[in-house]
Amino acid sequence: MRGRLIVVAAAAIAAVGLAGCGEKDQVVVYKQGKYQGKADTKPWDSPEFGGDKAKWEERIKARNLSQNEYRRMGG
Amino acid sequence: MARMKFLCDAERCIECNGCVTACKNTNEVPWGVNRRRVVTLNDGVPGEKSISVACMHCSDAPCMAVCPVDCFYRTEEGVVLHDKDLCIGCGYCFYACPFGAPQFPQSGAFGLRGKMDKCTFCAGGPEKDGSEEEFRKYGKNRLAEGKLPACAEMCSTKALLGGDADVLADIYRDRVLKRGKGSEIWGWATAYGKPDQKPQQPAAPQAGGQS
Repeated sequence: MRGRLIVVAAAAIAAVGLAGCGEKDQVVVYKQGKYQGKADTKPWDSPEFGGDKAKWEERIKARNLSQNEYRRMGG
Repeated sequence: MARMKFLCDAERCIECNGCVTACKNTNEVPWGVNRRRVVTLNDGVPGEKSISVACMHCSDAPCMAVCPVDCFYRTEEGVVLHDKDLCIGCGYCFYACPFGAPQFPQSGAFGLRGKMDKCTFCAGGPEKDGSEEEFRKYGKNRLAEGKLPACAEMCSTKALLGGDADVLADIYRDRVLKRGKGSEIWGWATAYGKPDQKPQQPAAPQAGGQS
């Protein structure tokens, strides 16, 4: 009977002890100087451009140049 | 790849605050937070000059350097953004920034300081592009729609330019030439002020060739 209790107690201690092994880190592991947040997508990965970087760049360039009113007036 | 920057032409800015309004409206910026402000130098004095100031998306951003939780990142286009889920609202970035760009919304009964909020160059943040989550935390992602920041595109006098730095420099240079001005408005003296003393002239060579 006593031997059985020891076995049960040992099993319980082992189970509790092993439960600790499954514990996940609760804090972010910092790497000095490195971005720690979530990854961001590229602007050309949006549904509108579907990953077409050249198309996005072309659109942005057109918008950029349209800020020059001398160019718009043809002057 | 483009290096996204803002440029404000002080000769054109009429202090209408249209850029400030456009930013607040587009991004639904919280009460008490201004991602962009118009600053007037020598206010009330004839010849006063105004410029519109927000995050300058520095190439070597001091906010990024001082952040204790490293929540800042720079996109491929040179836009400095941050992850609000990681930000602890400590305010170090506010002290580090020479432009006063980082803002902290006050919330709750005791005016608790919230997560840092700043200009995103209308590029959203680290959430799915165009998602409700992104809009709520960071505002509109106009860059993903192929548009430039609302403040610059809404500027009535086109004083505020936003976009690829090389293109902006070309536009500004073009303007200066059209104004009929030259080095007195374009150059180091304009950007950093005129030196108090004229630079020393190099010593004239002595006649006679004596050594």
